[in-house]
Amino acid sequence: MSICFHRDEKFRVPFHFSNSDAALLRFPFPFPEDSYTYSVNIEPHTRGGPTEAFSAQFDVDEHYIAECQDRAELLAAEPSRCTVLPHMHDAEWDALELIMSDMVKDYPDLFTLTRDGDQWTWHNRPLGLQDTFTFGNASTLPCGPFEYITRQAQGDFTLQDQRDGNLFLDGVTVTGAADYSPAFDLGMSFDEWHGPATVATEMGIFDRALQYLLKLQVGRPVRRLNWTLTVNPRFDTSAENYPVWGPDRTTITPDNIGNSLFLRVELQSLYRLPGSNAILFNIRTYFASFGELCRVPKWGRRLHRVLRDLPPELAAYKGLVRFLPTAVAYLAAFDDGSPTSPGIAPDIQSLRPVGCPA
Amino acid sequence: MMDTLALRVAERDLLSPTLLRLRLTSANANKLPSVTPGSHLVLDLPVKDGARRNAYSITQAGKGGTFYEIIVRHSPTSRGGSAFVHKELTVDSILNASCPSNFLALESTAKKILLIGGGVGVTPLLALARARMERGETLEFHQFCTPEEKPVFESLLAPFGQGVACVHAGRNALDFQTLFRRQPLGTYIYTCGPNAMMERVLTEATAMGWPERRIHQESFGAGGGNPFTVTLARTGGTIPVAEDQTLLDALESADVPITSLCRGGACGMCRTPVLAGTPEHRDHFLSADEKASGRWIMPCVSRAHGACLTLDL
Ligand code: HEM
Ligand code: FES
Repeated sequence: MSICFHRDEKFRVPFHFSNSDAALLRFPFPFPEDSYTYSVNIEPHTRGGPTEAFSAQFDVDEHYIAECQDRAELLAAEPSRCTVLPHMHDAEWDALELIMSDMVKDYPDLFTLTRDGDQWTWHNRPLGLQDTFTFGNASTLPCGPFEYITRQAQGDFTLQDQRDGNLFLDGVTVTGAADYSPAFDLGMSFDEWHGPATVATEMGIFDRALQYLLKLQVGRPVRRLNWTLTVNPRFDTSAENYPVWGPDRTTITPDNIGNSLFLRVELQSLYRLPGSNAILFNIRTYFASFGELCRVPKWGRRLHRVLRDLPPELAAYKGLVRFLPTAVAYLAAFDDGSPTSPGIAPDIQSLRPVGCPA
Repeated sequence: MMDTLALRVAERDLLSPTLLRLRLTSANANKLPSVTPGSHLVLDLPVKDGARRNAYSITQAGKGGTFYEIIVRHSPTSRGGSAFVHKELTVDSILNASCPSNFLALESTAKKILLIGGGVGVTPLLALARARMERGETLEFHQFCTPEEKPVFESLLAPFGQGVACVHAGRNALDFQTLFRRQPLGTYIYTCGPNAMMERVLTEATAMGWPERRIHQESFGAGGGNPFTVTLARTGGTIPVAEDQTLLDALESADVPITSLCRGGACGMCRTPVLAGTPEHRDHFLSADEKASGRWIMPCVSRAHGACLTLDL
């Protein structure tokens, strides 16, 4: 497999981002039905699923280089976006070992790892990196082990310590927070950091999810999909930078919505770490503009129905109220009322070229 | 879905007439997966009348994935699993195991851990105690056994030193109330042994106000249970559910169409109506009232009280 990386993408002003046809067809569209509400939508994270985004444990796609670059820029400006509490030392190395091993297994052409006892050599071809280090000795790496590996993988990562029948958010590399504050959430328990999501709390989602996660076992990772809408392909929509991105919400018009409003999907995967018993959480974010998504007829129809019928309290929590009517009006043109098949697969092998009338 | 390990018996060491210690290495010279203290391994034991899958705690794991050590009690009431281990396994025997799981892990914030073992329940506690000792962290270890076995257990606990570890012959040799009362705040209890003993630890400690979340009992994840039979009301078929199999697995392998997602009792997708029999609920999905009504079951985790269950399938 070879990936043609989009090197010149920008996830901040001046935005520059697009999905190739192949990237669009592999998009993890998050709606298996024509309506949406919260559920404990967790399933085993096995290789393989309804689109190719589910083929690997840590998915690498055409945006890899640009996303690593975006993360590096934000970390340079705000180093605290990667913070790990001291008692998570073992978990950091655990995470490094797991991510490296899986990336090598899934992408042998892109990454290699040579182990000679504790002497490890990691070769990352897309980023042009090669480092030899002593496993377990952080001074042999350019930065901490968790920061080192999460700078080289797509999506945000958090580390959860398990104690007192709960999970605690004790480590983060978060440069793409979807409207929350990782700095504020650091050290909190599962129910505390989920506190703002009151609708899901009342539905009992978090009690069930926590009981399930406490029993998560090594070698049996699980995944779920979460979604929101973001204006412009911007990763850093953190609560602390609200003044930077919040005003974007007022810019959506019927004319620009196809290019400016994005369905933002998080393919979240969770792994029990073998040496520390911590849980690694990957929030792997995918963007597709409304214009792009509507090239897949099933997805355009379904997105229309989901947003049209979205419970108002969910729309409010997700911060969609301002542009939701415009979005529904735009999507209505792509919904001919015909049925959609169950599940999220696009149901087509190739896309009609852009610009051709339907 | 589940990864299998091929293991080779590297050493076998009879500690007492009924306690056998095995050192297991990888059969194909691979590194064994690293494990946290408190982990267990499920061995596939090819006994005469089929296969048994028995869970054994790992008492010690070699650094760098070189070996796992387990201790197996030959119990006269065994349905063949432990007898097989004692009689049939020799050095160089090869057997399969599932990758280790852990339902009894250490917690980073524990100021002290208090270990209470009964009989062969000593096994996971040995791993927990060793890890604490190696990190220079506080622990206290009480082990119950019969008078005849006292010397064996004393030698197993010897590494932890006197004053830290103590072996008691007979179940009334120690007063739990006094023991619990003198523990510092932030102490976590880990207990493994006969159900009655673990129950006593739990009742006496919680009665004194000990936080329940700081009392850990070995359960091996409570995945399996007694075998039972399900009858499918709509099609009339009957399907046996083995002791190490979930009801969902049994239905799936009989090609009964059933939806599922999380396979862990949380998502609600597999909810199935029950027409007869009493479900043993193990899920987090049904409400207390729904559970009490006995009208629903979550086949991915729950089982049956009694020998049969009739489902509306
Ligand atoms: C253990 C790792 C997890 C972390 C670190 C995490 C973190 C978060 C955070 C930071 C939020 C935003 C809360 C806010 O508004 O400030 C959130 C929302 C949410 N989380 Fe989690 N979460 C985790 C696991 C899960 C799991 C396993 C579920 C399973 C159901 C779940 C379900 C949700 C839901 C339903 C929301 C509301 C999302 C929305 O409507 O957009 N989370 N989570
Ligand atoms: S499959 Fe999720 S509750 Fe059974």
